[in-house]
Amino acid sequence: MTGFPWLTLLVVLPLAGAIAVFAVQERSIKVTALAVAVADLLISLPLWWLFDASSGEMQFMESARWIPSLSINYRLGLDGISLPLVLMTTVLMPLCILISWHSIEIRMRSFMAMLLIMESAMIGVFTALDFVLFYVFWEAMLIPMYLLIGIWGGPNRLYAAIKFLLYTLAGSVLLLVAILVLYFQGGHTFDIVQLSQGTYSNSLQFWLFLAFFAAFAVKVPMFPFHTWLPDAHVEAPTAGSVILASVLLKMGTYGFLRFSLPMLPDASQAFTPAMVTLSIVAIIYGAYMALAQSDLKKLIAYSSVSHMGFVTLGLFMFNIQGIEGAVMQMVNHGITTGGLFLCVGMIYERTHSRQIADNTGLTKPMPRYATFLVIFSLSSLGLPGTNSFVGEFMVLAGAFLWSKIATAFALLGIILAAAYLLWMVQRVAFGVPDPHMLPKLRDVNLREMITVVPLVVLIFLIGLFPNPILTRMHPSVEKVIARAFPAATEQTSTMRQADPLSPTVKQITSPTGPAFGQGAQVSPEGQPQ
Amino acid sequence: MTFSAADLFLVLPELLVVTAACIVFVLDPVLRTSDKDGLVWLSLGTLAVCMGLTASQIQAPATIFSGLVVIDAYGAFWKLLLYFVTGLTILLSHSYLKEEQLYFGEYYGFVLLSLSGMMVMVSSADLLTLYLGTELMSLSLYVMAGLKRSEPRSLEASAKYFVLGAFSSGILLYGISLLYGATGSTRLPEIAAAISGRNLDDPLLLFATILLTVGFGFKLAVVPFHMWTPDVYQGAPTSVTAFMAVASKAASFGAFLRVFMEGLGGLKANWSAMFLLLCLATLILGNVLALVQTNVKRMLAYSSIAHAGYALIGVVATGHMENSSGIASVLLYLTLYAFMTFGAFAIVAMLRKGGIEGVDIEDFTGLAKRHPVAALLMLIFMVSLAGIPPTAGFIGKLYVFMSAVEAGLPWLAAVALIFAVISAYYYLRLVMVMYMREPSDLSSTSPRMVMSPALSIVLACAVAGVVIFGIYPNPLVNFAMQAVSALK
Repeated sequence: MTGFPWLTLLVVLPLAGAIAVFAVQERSIKVTALAVAVADLLISLPLWWLFDASSGEMQFMESARWIPSLSINYRLGLDGISLPLVLMTTVLMPLCILISWHSIEIRMRSFMAMLLIMESAMIGVFTALDFVLFYVFWEAMLIPMYLLIGIWGGPNRLYAAIKFLLYTLAGSVLLLVAILVLYFQGGHTFDIVQLSQGTYSNSLQFWLFLAFFAAFAVKVPMFPFHTWLPDAHVEAPTAGSVILASVLLKMGTYGFLRFSLPMLPDASQAFTPAMVTLSIVAIIYGAYMALAQSDLKKLIAYSSVSHMGFVTLGLFMFNIQGIEGAVMQMVNHGITTGGLFLCVGMIYERTHSRQIADNTGLTKPMPRYATFLVIFSLSSLGLPGTNSFVGEFMVLAGAFLWSKIATAFALLGIILAAAYLLWMVQRVAFGVPDPHMLPKLRDVNLREMITVVPLVVLIFLIGLFPNPILTRMHPSVEKVIARAFPAATEQTSTMRQADPLSPTVKQITSPTGPAFGQGAQVSPEGQPQ
Repeated sequence: MTFSAADLFLVLPELLVVTAACIVFVLDPVLRTSDKDGLVWLSLGTLAVCMGLTASQIQAPATIFSGLVVIDAYGAFWKLLLYFVTGLTILLSHSYLKEEQLYFGEYYGFVLLSLSGMMVMVSSADLLTLYLGTELMSLSLYVMAGLKRSEPRSLEASAKYFVLGAFSSGILLYGISLLYGATGSTRLPEIAAAISGRNLDDPLLLFATILLTVGFGFKLAVVPFHMWTPDVYQGAPTSVTAFMAVASKAASFGAFLRVFMEGLGGLKANWSAMFLLLCLATLILGNVLALVQTNVKRMLAYSSIAHAGYALIGVVATGHMENSSGIASVLLYLTLYAFMTFGAFAIVAMLRKGGIEGVDIEDFTGLAKRHPVAALLMLIFMVSLAGIPPTAGFIGKLYVFMSAVEAGLPWLAAVALIFAVISAYYYLRLVMVMYMREPSDLSSTSPRMVMSPALSIVLACAVAGVVIFGIYPNPLVNFAMQAVSALK
């Protein structure tokens, strides 16, 4: 509780920056916003080294009374799961501001303020340890995002903005009821850590899981709640798309991991077959839809649906590989898809078209741009050596322990990803350039280089040295698994699990088997010695 | 009946308000138009003094006038809210009446008289005192609603309000007389004693409760007794609409809760079932009908109906639990509702389009360009009305839903929240129009805000309430709890 209030500073600084943006002169708006975002990044970086990787507990805890009469507190903390996500957010925000340098033509002041408010809310979501505080941050970003899409978006922005808002709002209202029910069932507290240690009856877990699911599945978005995503992505300005894809979607999977699994372990296991099915449908359906798109942003939007399917698949495997892979994939998808959206934004700035047919053969006129596009695409399809390979491999390894058939279907998604991404690259990078477009095709300038190079570095850094992230998240993930299924921890914490269909594993995942309803008990074989 | 001078001292706020109203009535004909600002200062000064007096009464409960009037923290809570809203109304009216060229000094007199009625309502321990307060409030409001004499809509609003108001007062009175027949008293403590152990199997008691519910239902504008609301809210001068939507509703809730908790508290398991139906009907109809409105004042009228539905959730919850946190949540909800609704109406009142009041949603087109500050404030009020954090509207909803869940009614909270999503659509449509749509013809159709120092104060107070209580509602929550604990 004592010590330097890192997290409060992280949350408050962008908010203060948003106010400052309104106070400064017209010409220094962008610089101010960038300075604030960079300062937030610099504040967040030390956390990476100060973080105690050997502990799965919450760190950098801060706690203050907020509304004592309703026992709502201001509590922030960071563990191995939220640390990479917070850092991903702070890394991406300066890039979002840089990419909007010239592309935003109206109301720059409000635009930058919205981006900074979003940053506050997003960091708040990942660090909140009080359920009401979490909900406040979770909802507080709706309006800025609604305005980002609605004011600075494309031609069909009004429809996309309200669709985004109503979908996510409808999902999250049930979350609020679930939070309140948990408060009265879990000992009159909103403390997330404490609520994660309670035990709740099966029927209660069933309903709460559905309520959580409504909120998180819309945000992820899982099939069939994904229809807001392509609209929102296509209409949003580039920075909005990057934030949506890289951070907002992660809030959904983060919710599953932070709340559904530890608080409702029995229901989570009971729902595993359904969740896995939906994930695999999302993987394959998203990939097929991506294949059919002629609009670059739509293509990446559907690829996000597919990739997020991998994340939810990994989460519900209840083994260390699956969940760590899922967290890895959350970070990786943020970096890679963020990069892809930045690339689309750059080309749109030049040709004012996102159609693949209008943007062909860019290698010659824009060699640097083509290089970046190829790198991000290869990372997105999971080429070994890039970040996504690590995450996808771990998710698939985790899935393999659960079901070979499910893994086979998920693999189909990887093949399809290669197909739609390489086909896109083939047309955009190596096609025949449109002579009318040629004069507009200036290659990437220094500012744009600065926005993408950090992501390229991260792609290879994580792809080649994933261990620093894995070691930091390992104790936290183990804690989640120990909580979700105590017996499984011993079995799966190492890779020594030879036979993936051993009785224990079957028992973990069998929806009607004895495991359901005994989450707090320990099965005989798996009893820790 | 006997009373002492000490009793008179305790009702000094009421006396002061009535005296100020009389002074306004007397001075108005003799003052020149340019001097009439003095009446505003007089009214505001009176409110400030009353605020101090009432605040000093919070800690010293007393029953006076042989049990007709009670002075307690509960009454003080509502009175302080009412002073505040009345003060805002007077400030808003000062600008609004000038813009509409309605130079009626007696306007402020009626505002104060109406306020005195409301004060009697929330502090009466006797049904007849309460009835007198209701009438005093309503009669003043009927006059105020018809103040725009050249406008047929305003006259229609006044007439409609009067007829339906008189009708509902009759029903209320009938309920009071039946209750007197069933219990032998009109004093709330004696009623409570008489009905303890009885339930609604007694037909007399049943009819009395139903008639009281209907009577209050009209005042609270609860579905199906809401029919007058949209027309009256639309037709009345906007400053009066704001006053009705906030102050009259708050006072009616204050009186209603006192009657049903202190008098009929023994039957709460019975009446809460009745309110459950009213609450659901209000939530559903209020929100759905607001969706299709094209007039902002009508839209806000339906929204205020819907918000009464949210407040009723707290009332329903109270019937299912031992403690009174449900009632506290209603108090909190209506206080927070006051800030955001008054703010929204203030902006509507001062939005001009080509010299007349711009009341269509389309009139807000492009407001963000012309008046970024006004648009931003409206955005905040709309977001708060939709109940999205971090605004006061969210805190209000959170507490109401918390009491619903505590009472074992999570499904009710879920239903209400789904309608909150629907409400987000119509609230944000206004935001969409302000921010995301360009006016088709800049020169003629651009909306214009008439700003004035008084209006700035009103808007600053409203937005400060919405933002500050959205972030730090703790003092208000505590005060609401303290007020409710004073209820017997």
